Amino acid sequence: MMNKRTLDMWVGAFVLIGFGAIMFLALKVANQSAYSLAGTSTYRVLARFDNIGGLKIRAPVKSAGVVVGRVADIAFDNQTYEAVVTMNVGSDHPFPRDTAAKILTSGLLGEQYIGLSAGGDTANLKDGDTLKITQSAIVLENLISQFLYSKAAEGDEKKQ
Amino acid sequence: MMAQGPAGFVEALGGRVNAMVARLGFASRFFWVVLKTSGTSFRRIPLTVREIYFAGVLSLIIIVVSGLFVGMVLGLQGYDTLVRYGSAEALGTLVALSLTRELGPVVAALLFASRAGSAITAEIGLMKTTEQLSAMEMMAVDPIARIVGPRFWGGVISMPLLAALFTAVGIFGGYLIGVVLIGLDEGSFWSQMQGSVDLHDDVVNGLIKAFVFGVAVTWIAVFEGYDAVPTAEGVSRATTRTVVTSALAILALDFVLTAFMFRGV
Amino acid sequence: MSPAPLVELIDVTFAYDDDRPVLSGVSLRVPRGKVVAIMGGSGSGKTTILRLIGGALRASGGDVRVFGTSLNDVGTSELYRLRRSMGMLFQFGALFTDLTVFDNVAFPMRERTKLPEPIIRQLVLMKLHAVGLRGAAELMPQQLSGGMARRVALARGVALDPQLMMYDEPFTGLDPISLAVTGQLIRQLNDALGTSSIVVTHDVHESLQIVDYVYFVSEGRIVAEGTPDEVRSSAIPFVHQFVHAEADGPVRFHYPARDYRQDLLAGQ
Repeated sequence: MMNKRTLDMWVGAFVLIGFGAIMFLALKVANQSAYSLAGTSTYRVLARFDNIGGLKIRAPVKSAGVVVGRVADIAFDNQTYEAVVTMNVGSDHPFPRDTAAKILTSGLLGEQYIGLSAGGDTANLKDGDTLKITQSAIVLENLISQFLYSKAAEGDEKKQ
Repeated sequence: MMAQGPAGFVEALGGRVNAMVARLGFASRFFWVVLKTSGTSFRRIPLTVREIYFAGVLSLIIIVVSGLFVGMVLGLQGYDTLVRYGSAEALGTLVALSLTRELGPVVAALLFASRAGSAITAEIGLMKTTEQLSAMEMMAVDPIARIVGPRFWGGVISMPLLAALFTAVGIFGGYLIGVVLIGLDEGSFWSQMQGSVDLHDDVVNGLIKAFVFGVAVTWIAVFEGYDAVPTAEGVSRATTRTVVTSALAILALDFVLTAFMFRGV
Repeated sequence: MSPAPLVELIDVTFAYDDDRPVLSGVSLRVPRGKVVAIMGGSGSGKTTILRLIGGALRASGGDVRVFGTSLNDVGTSELYRLRRSMGMLFQFGALFTDLTVFDNVAFPMRERTKLPEPIIRQLVLMKLHAVGLRGAAELMPQQLSGGMARRVALARGVALDPQLMMYDEPFTGLDPISLAVTGQLIRQLNDALGTSSIVVTHDVHESLQIVDYVYFVSEGRIVAEGTPDEVRSSAIPFVHQFVHAEADGPVRFHYPARDYRQDLLAGQ
């Protein structure tokens, strides 16, 4: 039987190694997607879109390509037939009231996210405000059919 | 006693199902008693520390070695597939996501069940066989509080740590293959990984899985030991049952947890 | 009528399932300060009697009274309180294999008293000295012979100076020397500590030398009782067969079976 001190040493080392591994996973492997954690304070911003395309809950909210928040909720408004998207934006990133929201796609087929472009208003957004200027998701099918129609129209013009 | 025709078969089946349900009921009651008496495990830390040594420290080698190999295999296989689509830089992502979400908790729990779970069952079963548990009871010491509780908590505490270690070592194994051996860019290996592994979704959920597996495996192990038929054969059967039941429980729970955690995200 | 006995069984019945009673109508008394033996063949139900007294089993009928308390409807905490005054020696000692000899003997003191460690050390060494194994304090149970393990278990059993010691087959599997040593220790500890003892055994010769009173159990009943001298000269067929170790008598050599001739012919 090993003595108590050696045993304590081993168990202590084991616990340290285990927590070291957890720290490694948390700091080196995972991103600090701060806005997914309850730890940081956020404020809610709403935006209405005609079409959100493939946007999902927990999708990033980016401004100038930097993640500043996350999509918290997506709902459907039965009166206006619009999608209502709720975002949580970090309190350390205040935005002017006339900020515009666009639904964008990272790469041609990548995930969809919300892009915020700041306006020039001096007053900042408050918790629960709704963004006035929005641009819906670009749906690839619509884009292609538009392109085809315009090509067809061009063709018709040439014949004449 | 052979089953007599279809009626006999149905009867035998019913009997077996009844016995299984009764056993599950007994196991649940036992689990409750273990929880109720676990004050001892926390008041007397040395008892639990000793069991963390047996369940955790003694599993270190198998966990580290297996983790390294699993990570290296993932590195090789992942590279082979990813390079066809010209996205070999995503290797870090592939290795890290598979390990944190699935392989880390599941494989570590399977190894834990066969290394520590079987040992717990055999030890408690042998203590029962040699009347040590009865002797303790006759000394007015509750064997569930004194013997079962510390082993249960020792296992439950060790399991998430072992899974985290397995995952970390596995990612290092993937790094060895991807960056050191194949020569991918080190910066993009790590940054791609960081870009897509989420602290809450992947790392924390993986640890929650490991914790749940730890509870399940140690519960099965202590119960099988305590419930073992007190003979040499009974203990060996109980030990086998611990490993088999644990493996099934881990995989079934993994499915349920995955369905809850990663649905639609 | 002598003062109330330490342990008393009154018309006790016990059965695991209803159609196969293990004990039926057993009555016995263990007076204070005496060593009482319960003898009988294997499977006669004598170990069940010990389990009933220790509260590990509940009687199906009758009354088991220990230290004046009926065990029929005591709760767990009351039972544990009663067990604090009992010691039990299991068949093969049942030492805790993960603890040293010293820690085994110290176990009941550490678990059930708040004595400081230096006092525990002195008490443990005293108990070990009494069984002649003070020198073996740092050994592990696996390093002990069967007889030594039995003596360590004995020291552990009397660690808290119980009022009642129970011995389950203390002589099984011991060589003649260890057997004599164990027998003497049982008697000496009983007299020195003022305990009462119950010895369950099938070893007639060793136990008749050390006990005060004997109960014979067969098929779940008390079939005979008496002092060792009465037992030796008993004319009761069962006792005679048992004491003189005859192969056939009231206890049949053959397990109940069909007629031998019929059985042999049945295969044809």
